[in-house]
Parts: sequence; structure tokens; C-alpha cells
Amino acid sequence: MTTTRRGLLATGAAAAMLPVPLSRARAQANTIRIGVMNDQSGPYRDIAGPNGVIMAQIAAQEFGNRGFTVEVIGADHQNRPDVGVNLARQWYDQGVDMILDVPTSSVGLAVNNVAREKNKAYINVGAATSDLTGPQCSPNTAHWVYDTYMLAKSTGGAMVRAGGDSWFFITADYAFGHALERDTGNFVRAAGGRVMGQVRYPFPATSDFSSFILQAQASRAKVIGLANAGADTINSIKQIAEFGLTRRGGVKIAALLMFIADVHGLGLETGQGLVMTESFYWDLNDRSRAFSRRVQPRLNNRHMPNMVTAGNYSATLHYLKAVADMGVPASKASGIEVLNRMKAMPIEDEAFGRGTLRQDGRVLIPSYLFEVKSPGESSGPWDYMKLLQTTPAEEAFRPLAEGNCPLVRS
Amino acid sequence: MDEIFGIPAPLLFGQLLLGLINGAFYAMLSLGLAVIFGLLNIINFTHGAQFMMGAFAAWMLLNWVGLNYWVALILVPIIIGATGVLMEWLMIRRLYKLDHLYGLLLTFGIGLIVEGLFRNEFGSSGLPYQIPPQLSGAWDLGFMFLPVYRGWVVAFALVICLATWIVIEKTRLGAYLRAATENASLVQAFGINVPRMVTLTYGAGVGLAALAGVLAAPIYSVNPQMGSNLIIVVFAVVVIGGMGSILGSVITGFGLGVVEGLTKVFWPEASATVIFVIMAIVLLARPAGLFGRA
Repeated sequence: MTTTRRGLLATGAAAAMLPVPLSRARAQANTIRIGVMNDQSGPYRDIAGPNGVIMAQIAAQEFGNRGFTVEVIGADHQNRPDVGVNLARQWYDQGVDMILDVPTSSVGLAVNNVAREKNKAYINVGAATSDLTGPQCSPNTAHWVYDTYMLAKSTGGAMVRAGGDSWFFITADYAFGHALERDTGNFVRAAGGRVMGQVRYPFPATSDFSSFILQAQASRAKVIGLANAGADTINSIKQIAEFGLTRRGGVKIAALLMFIADVHGLGLETGQGLVMTESFYWDLNDRSRAFSRRVQPRLNNRHMPNMVTAGNYSATLHYLKAVADMGVPASKASGIEVLNRMKAMPIEDEAFGRGTLRQDGRVLIPSYLFEVKSPGESSGPWDYMKLLQTTPAEEAFRPLAEGNCPLVRS
Repeated sequence: MDEIFGIPAPLLFGQLLLGLINGAFYAMLSLGLAVIFGLLNIINFTHGAQFMMGAFAAWMLLNWVGLNYWVALILVPIIIGATGVLMEWLMIRRLYKLDHLYGLLLTFGIGLIVEGLFRNEFGSSGLPYQIPPQLSGAWDLGFMFLPVYRGWVVAFALVICLATWIVIEKTRLGAYLRAATENASLVQAFGINVPRMVTLTYGAGVGLAALAGVLAAPIYSVNPQMGSNLIIVVFAVVVIGGMGSILGSVITGFGLGVVEGLTKVFWPEASATVIFVIMAIVLLARPAGLFGRA
């Protein structure tokens, strides 16, 4: 029944969103078209969603007209690989030059193949799986702000160092959860810790985690690793607190992927003390504060930018710089060439500062380990995190040689 | 330690209990659906949205008006029930003479619109709602720690289910309702205002959904999708129990909660599917459902 319901939405959304901007756009050859594809209606909507589209639009506006115009369109992939692949084909065939964002690892990996097949540019910002720059890396693809390896190293590494040497994973049963569980498990074992067990639950149809929490408790692990995201993470944390594991049992929660919007939805009362890893926080420094205050009034629900929406801004800007450098016809002709040009140029923008795009498509920027503030420490909405530790760009991500990316071996 | 099917016994008891707790939500939601279907012959696909509205209404009362959980428990079903009354009066009553499908489409559409409006206003990542202080903490049952709040949910849901069953099966009002289901025009001929009764029944069914929403707010993420995740399962519960059967929906709700809970231990990956497998089997063997009359 879920399929039918989502299917109805899919048809409606595709019919409503696609033909109008594209037919109008096709008339102009000197226009670069960017398609932002993400979850506009489901559990990951607040991670990117409409705000992800707006941030790409802001970047395009600020880039200005340098001999060509830029058009940004958006669509909902509903977290379904089949919808994502159909949309990607349709977009690329109808003149979209670059597809951006694509959270939900299963969809992100599926679109990766389409971009390669059609030799178009693809910048993934929202998906987590480190396979995008590992075994499934592609010369047409860049992966922008984070991945499962970076999360595992920062959050997982910090938990093990703090004495959390036995883990139990509660994992969303799809590509993303599996990758996050795998990468974190590797760090735990490498540091001498043990993985006591894991439970993989159906995504996205699960809202009660109590059964899994009981299994985690029975394993006597010191750390419960949450290899999930969005509303699932919020539900897990709420219910772990409810069962008293953290307060009475001394169990630590490793929320391996958490966004500031999740903290907003969880509340500081329940969320305080959690550690999490991001590559962007609005209140990190003067630059990020100025940037965030400038864009916040334009975002839905007056959300602060998070690492994914800020990543859409950064990626759009860098892509457009490369296009301006090579010229529109050459950019349209080959996605690989655009990516090569992007790799040759240093990344620099207001949101993230400086970064580089590596041969395997991995963007290298620092990662930050944060702790969620207590209600007393917070001065109000969005003042949620304090910085614990910074991992420099060259150490934050998986070393090039370890990723098994075919591009690197050749 | 004693083991049953390779699972330590204490863990298994804990899982059974958790299954009952989830079953309590299924039972309360399917109860409302069964009441509405029994009398109105409408398959109320807005039920999930109304459950979600209940949780949001509790949040709004707390954050905008300063009224706590206990007040919400009384006020929210009345407020959301009133929106149901309005909806029945404005729209649903125009469809009684048409095929079931029209009612289903209308309520499904309204559900989508409501969900979309809440998503636009509040986003998808949800809102915080704390467990009331009187119900926080946990009991040590020996084989598991049972959060007080979960115990409360089961007890409260059982009372509500029992009360609804008594009202419909044992009181004069219930007799009118059941009679109107069989033959509305005859009951009307006896001087009973059937249309008003139908409107209020819909409101009561919606109120039950909203009440379940208030119960859910402290333990689940309060977000616009929370109802649509649950409602598909609840429909399966109603179908298995037999459309329109009050007792059937309650027993099936608790029973399937337990089955689902056990699946989460033995084969977690299948826990979202098991209820639909059971539904398929029941439909093949007893098309009217376990407690339905063919």
C-alpha cells in the first residue's frame, strides 16, 4: 500500500514539476541547468529538501551572470531508487547539466550510474555511503561534505577513546545503514574494541525501536551505535532515554549521523550530551556566522543551514566556477571534463572555507566533533552545539589508497 | 539462563510485553477505524493524519497555551474530534450513497493535504515533547525495566477499548447505533436523529485517533509523517480483524503487536512485512476477517 501511495505522489510530482521549466529552458542554449534532487516529503526533508534547492539558487544568484545564465530546478525522489533513476534519466536527456544533492544512499548510488552512463556531472552532497568514492567511484561524480568513513572516524573514534570499547548497532536496513555500520565497526575493531551484535530494521517503516533497544541492552554493550538518520535517530534516542539505558545503565549513545535539525526536533532536554560529527555548523566561526545569518531569512521554517544545505551552496558555486573557466559548450559536452576542471581548482567559499576535490571524487574539508549543549548552556533556538575536536581535512576522510576506487588504481 | 528458541527467556518476556504495548496503539487506532466503518461505511484514510494532529495538538497546547499532558489528554480528543465533526458535516456526508471508493479517495486526499500543511509549517524533523514527570522513570520487573509511561499506555488503552466496547454493545446509545447500522431509515422513523448520530460517531472515531496521538507524543518523534507510517499497519489490523468488528479490531491489534514484536527478535528485517503476510493468509482463508461476518 505504501507503494501505491508514494506512486501516486511520484506521478503527481513528476507531472507537476518537470515539463514547465525544462521546455522553457530548452530554448536557451547558453543556460546551465542544475537539478537538485532530494527528499521533499519524507523523513529526510529537513536535512535538505526545499532548503537544499533554495541554497543552490542562492549560490547561482551570487555567482551572477558571467556570460551564461543558470537555472536551478528541484524534484522529490521520495527516497526511492527507481524514482531517482527515472528522474535522473529524464533530466539529463532534457538538458540538465548537473544533478546535485541526492541524499539517501540507495538513491545516490543509483543516480551515480546514470550520470556515468550519460557522461554528465553529478555532485552528491546528501548521501552518506563512502562507496561513492570507494568501489563505486566515478569520474563523473564528486561527493561533497561528509561520508560514513568520516562520521565513523570522528564520532566512533572519539567514543572508543572515551572507553566505549564494546558496541551494538541499530542499523537501518539499506545501503546507508550497512555502510555506516561497516565503517564504524572497522574503527571500533581497529582500536581494540568489540562489536557485540547488530540488528537491522526495515527502513522507512519502523517507528518503535524498543524491541531493538532491549536486544542492545541484553548484549551488554557499552555503546549503542545508531546507524540511521532523521526521524529514526530521534525515535531511537527518545526511546533509549525512556528505557533508562543512558541514565541507569551507563550506556552511551553514538548517534553516528545527526544533523542540527534533528537536535532541533529532539529538544536539548533529551539530546544534551550527545556527540555528533558535522563538517559545517553555523556558529563555528565569524565566516560561517555571517554566511548563515545572511541566508537564514530565505530558508523554509527559518531553519539554519546545515552541512548538507550549505554543501549544496558550496558545490553549486564551485561547479559554476569550473563551467565559467571552461565555457558552456565544453561543459555541456563532457561531465568528466567538468569534474577534472573542478579537481584542478581549489574550493573556496564562505560556508566551508578552503577545500580540495580529490582524484576519487572526495572533497576534503575538516570534520568537527560536537557535543549537544544542555538547556542551560543554550541561549535559544539553534544554539545547540559546542565544539569538542577538529579533524584536519587531510585526516578526516579515508586515505586515497584504501578506498578501492578503480580510478585510483588505473 | 533459560532459553526459548535460542533467545534468553527474560529477553523474550520483555519482547512480548513490548509487543503488547505497540499492540495498544494498533488497537486504539483500529478501534476508531472500526467504529467509523461500522456505522458510516466509510474507510477513513484520514485516520493517520488525525492521529498526527492529536500529537501536534498536544505540543501546541503545551508550547502555545501552557497546558500540560493531562489537560491535553482530555482537550485534544475534543478539539480534533470537532474538526472531524466539521469534516463529516461539510464533506463526507455527501458520499454515503456512493461507492466505498469515493469515501476512501476523499479521506485519503484530505489526509495528504493535512500532512502537507503540517510539513510546510513545521518541517519533517519533528518537535520535542517530554514524558510527563509523574510518569517518567521505570519499574524493575526482574526480566526487564519497564518504563512507567509504557505501562500507562497499555493500561489506558485497555480502559478506552473496554469503555468503547461497553458503550456500543451494552448501552441504549450503542443499541441505537447498531440499529442504525442495520436499517437507518427505520431507526429514523422511530424519531431518532440518525444523521446527527452519524456525525457524532465520526467525531468520536476521530477523537480516538487524536487520543492515541497524545499518548504517542512523548515516545515517538512528533512529525507530520508519524501517522502515515502507522496507518498502513493499522488498516491491515482492521482487515485481519474483520472490517467494522469492534472486539475483533481490539484483539487483533494487541495480537499483531505481539507477533510483530517477536518478529523483531527472530527476523528483524521482516518485521515490517509480517503483518501483511498474515493479512494475505487471513484474506485467503477467511475473506471477512477473523471476527467479521461474511
